[in-house]
Amino acid sequence: MKIAVTGLNNTDNPGPGVPFIRSLLSHPDFDGEIIGLHYENLEPGIYMEGIKSKSYMIPYPSQGPESLLERLRYIHSKENLNVIIPTLDSELYNFIHISDELNSLGIKTFLPTIDNLEKRSKDKLFEFCQENEINSPKTFVINSLNQVNEILKELKFPIVVKGIFYEAYVCHTLDEVSNNFYKLASKWGLPIIIQEYLSGDEVNVAAVGDGEGNTIGAVAMRKLFITDKGKGWAGVTIGDENLINLTHKVISALKWRGGLELEILKSRKDNKYYLLEINSRLPAWVYLTQAAGQNLSYFLFQLALGEKVEPVRDYEIGKMFVRCSIDLISDIKTYEKIAVYGEL
Amino acid sequence: MKLNKNLALSESGFAFNGSTGDSFILNETALFILSKIKSNLSKEEILNSLIEEYDVNPITAEKDLLDFFNQLKIFDLLEDE
Repeated sequence: MKIAVTGLNNTDNPGPGVPFIRSLLSHPDFDGEIIGLHYENLEPGIYMEGIKSKSYMIPYPSQGPESLLERLRYIHSKENLNVIIPTLDSELYNFIHISDELNSLGIKTFLPTIDNLEKRSKDKLFEFCQENEINSPKTFVINSLNQVNEILKELKFPIVVKGIFYEAYVCHTLDEVSNNFYKLASKWGLPIIIQEYLSGDEVNVAAVGDGEGNTIGAVAMRKLFITDKGKGWAGVTIGDENLINLTHKVISALKWRGGLELEILKSRKDNKYYLLEINSRLPAWVYLTQAAGQNLSYFLFQLALGEKVEPVRDYEIGKMFVRCSIDLISDIKTYEKIAVYGEL
Repeated sequence: MKLNKNLALSESGFAFNGSTGDSFILNETALFILSKIKSNLSKEEILNSLIEEYDVNPITAEKDLLDFFNQLKIFDLLEDE
């Protein structure tokens, strides 16, 4: 059996592909072969030993679903793929768009629905939370800076200014709001999200939903060290029934299909959990979940195969990960193959 | 008074709050007090054992102990009473 996995960019802003693959390979029942799918010639996962048998370049998400499908048809003709697991947010729309074609080629996937993706988007999340009685910071979606004065009747500084896709800034003055509004609008487009600032500790939950409202598994983690890019460099599994119940509630309300990561804040003000964001894929720390007793990557793989997976709730608290940065040694001839032929 | 049920306390003085991910390194006195709370001793019993174990003025001991209990509350290490 051959499983293609994306997100081999195991950099200082790591994609989840390599930890996803390591999780699959660590499962005693896994007997497949991994095919890597990469976007850049220098994605570290291409050069790592024992991660994949072959890796193919695929077109950037911005090139659209047709060129992705064409490339995957070629790869399939060489490899006879059984399953593809995309692990990055930015490629999901394209994969969802071509999932029927992939299925007709005999390639299975297990992806969120378009409805899933839209409801969790930054500009819709607050509405979703309100409808489902989930705590979330008060949020306003604006298209013009003029709307900020009205919002400031309800919110007090500091406030958070967020781009529609990425980046967020805590602003203490109207000038800061104005600067960041234009900066984010020019980079990611409109609308801009204005959000209540809450202080507290951020925790994360990685989980898998079966698409029918059931949570197959969920593991919570607190980051112990955060890089200057805001990425967790070390973390530890934590256990809190309220946190896991919140995750089940979100997955049930969305009927989430596939892997996801919740970003949650435990507010210092009232000690309650507030949902900040839903990322529509498993996180780069997913390898920790198998060490804690829930191999979320393997669950997702089983769901893609159409297998019935029994939900699990327990996991080990106090399991830790610490990332490490090492130099992989390769040869320019290897790089040549990747750069010229787009495969290795 | 009860310790947070998710608090793992080691004889080495290392404490881990499994519900928040916070960890602490306790000094000898802090470990002594937490061990007594874990053994379900009352505040008065803990104070008496503290005075007995350490050469300390009872008034100072009581004041320091109350301060310490407050710190435990701030760090979410006690169950809500």
